[in-house]
Amino acid sequence: MSRRAGVSGGAVLAVGLLLAAVAGSFAWLDMPLAALFTATAVEEAGGFVARFFPPDLSAGFLAKVAWAGLETLAISLLSTLLAALGGAVLALPAAGRHGLAGRHAARFVLNLLRSVPELVWATLMVLAAGLGPFAGTLALALHTTGVLGRLFAEALENSPPTPAEALAGGGAPALVTFLYGTLPLVAPQWLAYALYRWEMNIRMAAILGFVGAGGLGALLYYSLSLFQEAQASTVIIAMLAMAVAVDGASAWLRRRAGA
Amino acid sequence: MSATLRDPAALPRLGWTLTALMLLWPLLQLADFRPAALFEPGNLAAMGHFLAGFLPLETSPDFLALLGRATVDTLAMATAGIALAVLLAVPLGVVLTRSLSVSAIGPGRGGWVGQAVRGAARMLLAVLRGVPELVWALLFVRVFGLGPAAGVLALGITYGGMLGKVYGEILESTDARPARSLLEAGSGRLAALAYGLLPNAGQELLSYTVYRWECAVRASVVMGFVGAGGLGQLMDQSMKMLNGGEAATILATFLVLVLAADGASEALRRRMA
Repeated sequence: MSRRAGVSGGAVLAVGLLLAAVAGSFAWLDMPLAALFTATAVEEAGGFVARFFPPDLSAGFLAKVAWAGLETLAISLLSTLLAALGGAVLALPAAGRHGLAGRHAARFVLNLLRSVPELVWATLMVLAAGLGPFAGTLALALHTTGVLGRLFAEALENSPPTPAEALAGGGAPALVTFLYGTLPLVAPQWLAYALYRWEMNIRMAAILGFVGAGGLGALLYYSLSLFQEAQASTVIIAMLAMAVAVDGASAWLRRRAGA
Repeated sequence: MSATLRDPAALPRLGWTLTALMLLWPLLQLADFRPAALFEPGNLAAMGHFLAGFLPLETSPDFLALLGRATVDTLAMATAGIALAVLLAVPLGVVLTRSLSVSAIGPGRGGWVGQAVRGAARMLLAVLRGVPELVWALLFVRVFGLGPAAGVLALGITYGGMLGKVYGEILESTDARPARSLLEAGSGRLAALAYGLLPNAGQELLSYTVYRWECAVRASVVMGFVGAGGLGQLMDQSMKMLNGGEAATILATFLVLVLAADGASEALRRRMA
């Protein structure tokens, strides 16, 4: 029998390790996978799903959902805006425009902001600012500042420095140099990044309510806690619709801005 | 300054800025934007008390044992979730790939069947990934009770939707000619996939899966907030008891875990590239 071509010992080892990791994970978690597919479990799950239909479309509840949806939209827009401002402010030193020490300090802050998940920020902000949409806005803004700051800094580093150098050499003050020498070069990319984060933030903003930060998530959490699955399904549909609408709006804006 | 030296685009820019500011006002109202709330005595006291509790970190052996268990839970949840997601995504992704369509290569009937199946698969994937993983987790917790099982299934479903779509896109964008010539020579679809598409697309598929594993680690960290086990659940309990020392230790673990997953995934992907 001939050796099979293209399969190295390393690859076999890697696949073996991978399978071991997966099997180990399932074993550690002690998941009753078999129990999921017994007749009673399937029946129960079916009954649970059936309670979500039809969605609650009464005028009173729809008004509530619309209001929570507006709140969610406001949280996502405002937090993305704040994050774009904060990201721009931190991106300048992070791209090394203010010396090496500033670069390291800014990168550290950005990493810290970025590696704490939005939901954890939200629990902290609920403590700092009280329950409600303001806490959600702050939480999303903090995490997104970390993400956008890094992306903005990368865009800055990749943009040619010559226009800014020419302006600065001609005696323009620092602010004018930035506004007319650097910003026009990076603006389309910054806008594209900010819009992309907005698409993610509308989804996150809908969830933050789980920990008390307002919006559609709060409504979903309440209706599920009260076993009102029909209302929950209306909220989930609203979440999906908003995500699709924001995707569309963001794509349209990006096309218009030529980014 | 003479008029010609002015920025010719200044006026429209000013107009857009003013419009944006006017739109901003209702947004601030809707989001209940009150920075002053941060400095209200009640909130300041609660936060100050909580933050003051951060130091010293909680390092009692009992708590560390709990923390270690929760960390392994989190990693296992991410790995098992991705494994389920791959199981879900591979068949759907392959179904989406037009280059494996037998009816597309010749003047035969039945092309509409393939198209209908592809359309259905695309719809299914869109629904799976359209609902955020935390919402799935919240739903599964109601069905399967508290614990990591809900988290694993939620990750499997959302990430299955994402992976399936991207697998389909990667397979579509690889050179279709080898697969096509295999199909035209009479080989089956699976053979065409294995010998025509995978040699070119395999690396990218693997690398994307590893990247998604990294995302899954981050996602499973917060799954606990809805009762799906792992580090998040521990964090939730500590926050509710306003135990700053425990919360700080868990936060530090979060950071280390996320950064380590980042690093591991980058190293793995660089090795494969």
